[in-house]
Amino acid sequence: MSERETLLSVSNVSLSFGGVKAISDVSFNIAKGEIRAIIGPNGAGKTSMLNVINGFYHPQQGQISFNGVMRKRMKPYEAASQGIARTFQNVALFKGMSTLDNILAGRALKMHKSFFWQMFRYGPALDEEIEHRKFCEEIIDFLEIEHIRKAPVGSLPYGLQKRVELGRALAMEPTLLLLDEPMAGMNLEEKQDMSRFIIDVNQHYGTTVALIEHDIGVVMDLSDRIVVLEYGHKIADGTPDEVKSDQKVIDAYLGVAH
Amino acid sequence: MANAGRACDTFPKLMRMHAAERSDRPAFRHKDRGVWRTWSWRQAYDNVRGLAEGLREAGVVHGDKIAIVGANRPMLYWAVTAAQMLRAVPVPVYADAVADEMAFVLENADVKVAIAQDQEQVDKLLSIRDRLPHLTRIYYDEDRGLSDYDHTDLQSLESLMAAGSAALQKDSGLARAMDASIDHGAADDASIMLYTSGTTGRSKGVVLAAGRSVAAARDTVAFDHLNDQDSQLAYLPLAWVGDHYMNYAQAYVAGSCICCPEGPDTVQDDLREIGPSFYFAPPRVFESMLTRVTIRMEDAGALKKKMFDHFIAHARRWGESILNRQPVPLAARLHYALGEALVYGPLKNVLGFSNIRVAYTAGEAIGADLFSFYRSIGLNLKQLYGQTEAFLYVTAHPDGAIRAETVGLPAPNVHIRIADDGEVQFKSPGQFLHYYKEAEKTAETLTEDGYVKTGDAGFFEEDGQLRILDRAKDVGKLANGVIFAPKYIENKLKFFPNIKEAVAFGDQKDFVTAMLNIELTAVGNWAERNGVSYASYQELAGHPRVYELIKGHVDEVNAALAREPRMAGAQISRFLILPKELDADDGELTRTQKVRRSFIAERYAPLAAGLYDGSEIADISTEVTFEDGRKGVISGRVRIADLSPHAPASKERAA
Repeated sequence: MSERETLLSVSNVSLSFGGVKAISDVSFNIAKGEIRAIIGPNGAGKTSMLNVINGFYHPQQGQISFNGVMRKRMKPYEAASQGIARTFQNVALFKGMSTLDNILAGRALKMHKSFFWQMFRYGPALDEEIEHRKFCEEIIDFLEIEHIRKAPVGSLPYGLQKRVELGRALAMEPTLLLLDEPMAGMNLEEKQDMSRFIIDVNQHYGTTVALIEHDIGVVMDLSDRIVVLEYGHKIADGTPDEVKSDQKVIDAYLGVAH
Repeated sequence: MANAGRACDTFPKLMRMHAAERSDRPAFRHKDRGVWRTWSWRQAYDNVRGLAEGLREAGVVHGDKIAIVGANRPMLYWAVTAAQMLRAVPVPVYADAVADEMAFVLENADVKVAIAQDQEQVDKLLSIRDRLPHLTRIYYDEDRGLSDYDHTDLQSLESLMAAGSAALQKDSGLARAMDASIDHGAADDASIMLYTSGTTGRSKGVVLAAGRSVAAARDTVAFDHLNDQDSQLAYLPLAWVGDHYMNYAQAYVAGSCICCPEGPDTVQDDLREIGPSFYFAPPRVFESMLTRVTIRMEDAGALKKKMFDHFIAHARRWGESILNRQPVPLAARLHYALGEALVYGPLKNVLGFSNIRVAYTAGEAIGADLFSFYRSIGLNLKQLYGQTEAFLYVTAHPDGAIRAETVGLPAPNVHIRIADDGEVQFKSPGQFLHYYKEAEKTAETLTEDGYVKTGDAGFFEEDGQLRILDRAKDVGKLANGVIFAPKYIENKLKFFPNIKEAVAFGDQKDFVTAMLNIELTAVGNWAERNGVSYASYQELAGHPRVYELIKGHVDEVNAALAREPRMAGAQISRFLILPKELDADDGELTRTQKVRRSFIAERYAPLAAGLYDGSEIADISTEVTFEDGRKGVISGRVRIADLSPHAPASKERAA
């Protein structure tokens, strides 16, 4: 794993909100093509970390470099145009729109024809939309959501909404895919399906995946490497086997008197 | 054309004829990536030849068995024909079979090559591979997730087909050899092996001959006037005789178009988009369609609901007579025409029935109400009675003489007789050759003069139509001697949209009891409208108000039974609602969704005991199989409800 090229590196990042220190001096990297998990008990700073990576929060200290370029202060949409896509802990879809439209929305950054043509859905804009539709249909096929193509996502069960959200993130053709608790609130079968999709995305599209997840069993099976956070500090980093046998991790999860 | 057709006694020959005579007519459609793709007979034929050549190079020869596992895809249908082109025998397997069931069939059939739809099926095949000594190669249709598998014995059908087609193009000698191989195909070649569903024990491989299969299909194609303008949606399991006959055999004879849906969950939408002219579905499909319509009408606005109810009532009164071309008053006709414009037409359109000329149902008894509902809105729905051993048709309803309780007249060239013990026996043009490797069972099934024993009890009505009662060996007696026909009772129960499955007990007992499954969609909707909250299927199934609801239905069944002199004594005294849905993965149903009564009695022994020992509550814990094959345990308490019987006959609604 170590010989893989680094896609993103986080060095000595600290983030605080007023007096609350969400992340303190955390460093790790994400290698190209791997599935990287960030785990930790509630309030450990996992989602904050994800928000830092996709440019939503700006760390007070430390640096982030993506694709070898040191990052300056930036907006989330700039992260998106650089190839970072994400899903959210609480599904954030357009509830009144269909599955297909939600996924097409993920292509917005890839649509280049002028607003004028798009408004009338004519000429070059139409050709472009057909191309995008083809791409989205590939994703729909990939995630096996053909049957809900035209259903408004607000009416779908939670597990399917999560899948649609993954689809929308994939529509961006991301280099780095951030998944915030992709399996929260799912039953066993849905979790297995989702795990399979994540692995398939990783293998089929070669997408690098960073995910936060509470289900330790899933994380251990899925990930190449795991970072463990606790109270904003990194307490372990390594392969599932290394992390599993780390005393600090065991303590953090099972709880010891501090 | 008809003369040229006569000489075609195998499916590859038929396909070759269509490729020449109607080369540009659509033969296959498949919805893929949201778009319907079409293959003409010419293209399909070329693809089949490519596949066949690829298989030949891989060492497939006359008599080899080729397993085909997957959903309805043009590629898999082509694989069937490609195998037949080499005079090998295709063996379709139920795609939802768990690995163990699959192993039994593949082992029994001595399968040499397996063709799988996708990774899921390939995984299953690989997991049982060490039990299949004859299996040399596996091919797959969809490559997703398979890229890093060991490809020593694994290959995509696409590349197999491409290599085969290229070889045929380059070497005219090979092309001629393929033509010769088609010509060598003989009427008495084994054309396909279909495994029976195994309602009572392990399934058996039914070997059907090419010539007989084609002959049987010719008869029914003529009977229903099918031609190359027709199309049908192929969505039933490939391994079921219904699909192989209705879609494959009839389309190959008539030259009609086989349309494959996008996936199992999109069938309803695909049906609407295709608007087929010929349709075949087991009763449960019609049932669930009606359930959905009913639910949606419950949620509709007052005006729409009123209009719907009004015109459906009118259709119930006159629709069937109009369909049967009986004299109907002009006013009623005009009223019906208005209904067609406002309700029936749009409804049929939503269901995908706008273009249907002939629709069939078979496999289970269908409720008279359900049956006449579809007929009343102008769908030419008919019943047929068939068996894998007959290559489907034994009887079918002729146009114009249709009754829900009968299964019709003997199909063309089929001879039927009722044995002394009431069993239906037949001789048919499509009759099977034998059970594979089960000479003894074959002999048991055939009479000395060559009739096939169906195992079903039935009789002819005065107008010559056949009526089926029950599986002959299921008909039993209560302890007091009253006749107990479990399926008869179960069907009556299942006609309620809220009841999905029913299992009746009573043979050698003092009274009749039943275990029921609720239909989640219907009861869930009812719960929503009535403010009943629940968190799981199990909770809903055990809810006291659901029990009340279902008790009402059971009581209605009892009232109906009380009106029939023969059945009045077999009313249901106690029932319970099972905490889980009966499932083929747990062995409770066959793959064709028929209940395995004795297996269920054993599996739920504590409940079965509770039904008879008078207790109000029984505890159960049972193993369930998840979709991925892993097992878990469901446990809980189940309430048992009591009913008081209705007085027989004369006094209706007493008690």
